[in-house]
Amino acid sequence: MIDLNFLSYEFMRNALLAGLAAAALCGIIGIYVILNRIVFISDGIAHAAFGGIGLGYFLGYDPLAFGIGSAVLTAIGIGLTSSRARVSEDTAIGVFMATGMALGIMLLTLSQGYARDLYGYLFGNILAVTESDVLLILLLTSVILALVFLFYKELLLLSFDPQYAQAIGLPVSGLRPMLLAMVAFSVVVLIKVVGIIMVIALLTIPGAISRRYMKSLPSIMAGSIILGALFVIIGLLISYDLDVPSGAAIILTAAVAFFLSTLLSR
Amino acid sequence: MPETKEKILSIKDLWIRQGGHVVLESINLDLFAGDFLGIIGPNGGGKSTLLKAILGLIKPDRGEIDVFGLPPAKARSRIGYVPQKTVFDRSFPVKAREVVLMGRYSRVGLLYRYGREDRSLALEALKAVGMEDRAEREIGELSGGEQQRVFVARSLVSDPDLLLLDEPTAGIDSAQQTDFYELLSHLNCHLGKAIIMVSHDLTAVSTYVSKIACLNQRLYYHDSRELSNEDIEKAYGCPVEMIAHGTPHRVLREHD
Repeated sequence: MIDLNFLSYEFMRNALLAGLAAAALCGIIGIYVILNRIVFISDGIAHAAFGGIGLGYFLGYDPLAFGIGSAVLTAIGIGLTSSRARVSEDTAIGVFMATGMALGIMLLTLSQGYARDLYGYLFGNILAVTESDVLLILLLTSVILALVFLFYKELLLLSFDPQYAQAIGLPVSGLRPMLLAMVAFSVVVLIKVVGIIMVIALLTIPGAISRRYMKSLPSIMAGSIILGALFVIIGLLISYDLDVPSGAAIILTAAVAFFLSTLLSR
Repeated sequence: MPETKEKILSIKDLWIRQGGHVVLESINLDLFAGDFLGIIGPNGGGKSTLLKAILGLIKPDRGEIDVFGLPPAKARSRIGYVPQKTVFDRSFPVKAREVVLMGRYSRVGLLYRYGREDRSLALEALKAVGMEDRAEREIGELSGGEQQRVFVARSLVSDPDLLLLDEPTAGIDSAQQTDFYELLSHLNCHLGKAIIMVSHDLTAVSTYVSKIACLNQRLYYHDSRELSNEDIEKAYGCPVEMIAHGTPHRVLREHD
């Protein structure tokens, strides 16, 4: 039986808020990730963020803030490395991804006593989200939503046909890093919810399903936000009820929905 | 009295190097209002590069490009561009009229929103290319020829005075190609748009354009619709007979 009194616990309220913010981000940024075919970059950014998280622990500062820093640096770094150094983009991503993970594990291990948090960052622990985490997450979410609102027309142009966009004067070299930075912000929020390893699933599954049923971009986004919210809520309830890891419960919920919608649309 | 036509494009001694190779060598070209210039030439001859230089996307190593008396990057709002075979996700969630609206960007600018006028201009542009009944269709649902018309509408919607088309009929079946060239002819004659079309389709180019040039690193151009056998032989680097076979005599007039 599902216990509906779960909202009386503060940690559940925090978890729900963080989860819903994450759903809003997934719904909107996830679509751009799919349309711009930057799924692998996004995954690389998520893994590289771990280096920053480790550094935050090691120095004794807020790991999440450092995670954001390293995610954004990675987003920029991948862009620069592949455009300047004649390294293909996926090679650059592979290098950044592994380096970030290695740094993170090294630094976390050196910061004695925090080894249990390693698990939380890798696989997510939304039930451990603190009030200050929630504030940071809401702030990041509002910044990203505001940017998408302001640059909706530009982002559409960039996603559809970057070559043409550049030809008619769209500042592609400024907008693409901005999009990657937005992905970086979103990824860090999602790390709290489902963990580094499963970020990419939550970022892409709601959009992938919504796209099958909706025609226009705004309706795909709306559908994707609703789906993301459902996955988070159902996953949280399963996690609370069965006492299983929240990240895994959320992702498995999303995965079941994905496979069902694939089967049904055939 | 012959009317002197406005010069809209002037290229003087243009050189472009890419990756250590000379791609364009000493290009000189003048284009006047109402011209329909076809540029033919082998693959890798620098045709796309030339168009990109005119758009200001590639900086010349030497020489000058003047578009409407302005540096290329500043003249973009007066140029309509149809890129070579637009690569896009066929299930991209965007309607034909929304694709056309994108072309208004050069007029609307960063951060401003499209207004009612932009929307009605987008429908007008679709009408101009005969696609008004496809306005609400997803771009991916349209045939290759229809998509290409939508992309022409996108380039027209900013009301440009010069259209640049890069291999516009690649991947379109031949019946649709003929229609498409008729459309370009119409835009040129009736709407007065100057056009530069890059193509490897010698026959089509010779039938529809008013002037023709051949490009392979160097540009062979006589401000007319005729090219000599020598020009084409030089440009393609192989015997003319192979190239000239089956092409109308209009293009290959005997050189004296």
